[in-house]
Amino acid sequence: MENSKTNRVSGRPPHYNLWVGVFFVIMAVGIGLFYVATQRISYNWRWNRVPLYFAYEDVVEIAAEMDGEVESIEISGDEAIIKVTDGKEVQAYSVPKNSVKVDEKEIISYGDVLGSYSKWKPGLLIIGLWLTLKLSVLATILGIIIGVAGGIARLSSNPALKWTTMIYVELIRGSPLLVQILLWYFVIGTVVNDLMAVYGLGRIPTFWYGVASLACFAGAYVTEIVRAGIQSIHRGQTEAARSLGMSYAQSMYHVIMPQAMRRILPPLAGQFISLIKDSSLLGIIAIRELTKAAREVVTASLQPFEIFMMCAVLYLVLTFTLSMFVQHLERRMATS
Amino acid sequence: MIEANDVNKTFHVPQEVKALVNVTTKIEAGEVVVVCGPSGSGKSTFLRCLNRLEKADSGHIWIDGIDVLDAKTNINKLRAEVGMVFQSFNLFPHKTVKENITLAQKVVRKRSRDACEQKADALLKKVGIQDKSNAYPDNLSGGQQQRVAIARALAMDPKVMLFDEPTSALDPEMIGEVLDVMKTLAREGMTMVVVTHEMGFAREVADRVIFMDEGAIVEVGTPEHFFTNPTHDRTKLFLSQIL
Repeated sequence: MENSKTNRVSGRPPHYNLWVGVFFVIMAVGIGLFYVATQRISYNWRWNRVPLYFAYEDVVEIAAEMDGEVESIEISGDEAIIKVTDGKEVQAYSVPKNSVKVDEKEIISYGDVLGSYSKWKPGLLIIGLWLTLKLSVLATILGIIIGVAGGIARLSSNPALKWTTMIYVELIRGSPLLVQILLWYFVIGTVVNDLMAVYGLGRIPTFWYGVASLACFAGAYVTEIVRAGIQSIHRGQTEAARSLGMSYAQSMYHVIMPQAMRRILPPLAGQFISLIKDSSLLGIIAIRELTKAAREVVTASLQPFEIFMMCAVLYLVLTFTLSMFVQHLERRMATS
Repeated sequence: MIEANDVNKTFHVPQEVKALVNVTTKIEAGEVVVVCGPSGSGKSTFLRCLNRLEKADSGHIWIDGIDVLDAKTNINKLRAEVGMVFQSFNLFPHKTVKENITLAQKVVRKRSRDACEQKADALLKKVGIQDKSNAYPDNLSGGQQQRVAIARALAMDPKVMLFDEPTSALDPEMIGEVLDVMKTLAREGMTMVVVTHEMGFAREVADRVIFMDEGAIVEVGTPEHFFTNPTHDRTKLFLSQIL
């Protein structure tokens, strides 16, 4: 009796625990079916090979840079100092002591290996993930700047601003991102790089055309989100701010945008989660982001399913982190 | 202090409405003028034209010698001198009560933080809600919100205060507390233009009552004249409906 009362107070539907159970059953069945499916296909799963593409141990060899004789090998701590002389000049090489490949008084020639050490290097998937992260962060920041400016311009009464923004939004939203990326790189990129060459400047790296195309694409959507956000703030807010003597810019900055920001945060998060995934198209202009890196790994390893599933998991890590971060922001804004 | 000369305003959307027709009047410094009339009579539009929240189509408006409708007039500077209180309060919901009052002082008047806060504290005391200074507007009653809105407008040290139906959105038991603040202001000699249906306030505080109908000023007079001896039939009809 007591228990059912507290249940009603907390707003739990009847048979709450039963439905929690149903949830877990659905999850278990889903995962189980997926597992069965993976076993049914004739595919040799080799998950143990996957960590290699996150990080691997690389052996770096140290070679002599002159012909001559090994004069001495001195051990100091974990390192061995190998001194090589050709009678006139002495060169010293430091190698790990248990990797020494030469003896004292040995005659060596240029390029002979004296020793080696191993070093952990990031695998292709991690390099790709890092590039995707960089692309997404930069494009997000630029996209927000474009979107806020665009949203305000879209609501301006100046026809040049208003109509330009409308055309921008419609063109970008209505055409495939893939085409936009190609245009950014092969058309705009060619023109810009030609111009840079005329003034004796170097080429702009492909990376930046990738960032520009994503930012421009996201900016169009953010423009509409910001516009809707500003319009959702009651006109009385602007009137109150303006009647106190604030300029348009001041009332936007102090009164309208802070309120609009709260409302547009959830759709904005959705937009930038899309942006992270859209960055996978940048492989087409030879930016080695996560998907392109994964495709290269697949070519080398012949393990398409493991690698692509891993690739998806890495995207999930990025999008989920972003999602959590935005939820945290929303909570913070709600309390302030 | 305020002079309106032959002001006209027509709204075209959603349909053509003549909101103001040849409105001419003069309000002296220190005067309290109540503008009343049936809904749609143009009284709010008149008030909003005074600080150019609505732009009059033709005519002239001067406030303290400044031409409101002149495109060369720095409207932000003028508005800082003209406080306005709205029917729906329009407090900034993302700022605390105190921040509501300090924001424009800081941004427009460029006062120091200390000066802003001292002013805010003094005004909150004046309107009787100093204990709510760190609350957010949503946690205040309507009457309290409107008093904060009055304090926010007063913080700019305006020369004129415009009230646009300040008590119409309030529950009846909260009207008194807002009117009390307005009465105090009137006694202190503030120039006030008040659009309201509170005839008790008009009778008690107003120096003059302006009665508007269909965009035009129908009758102007002292409250005594207005309530006991109105000359126009439309004024009589209005009074019979409202009293």
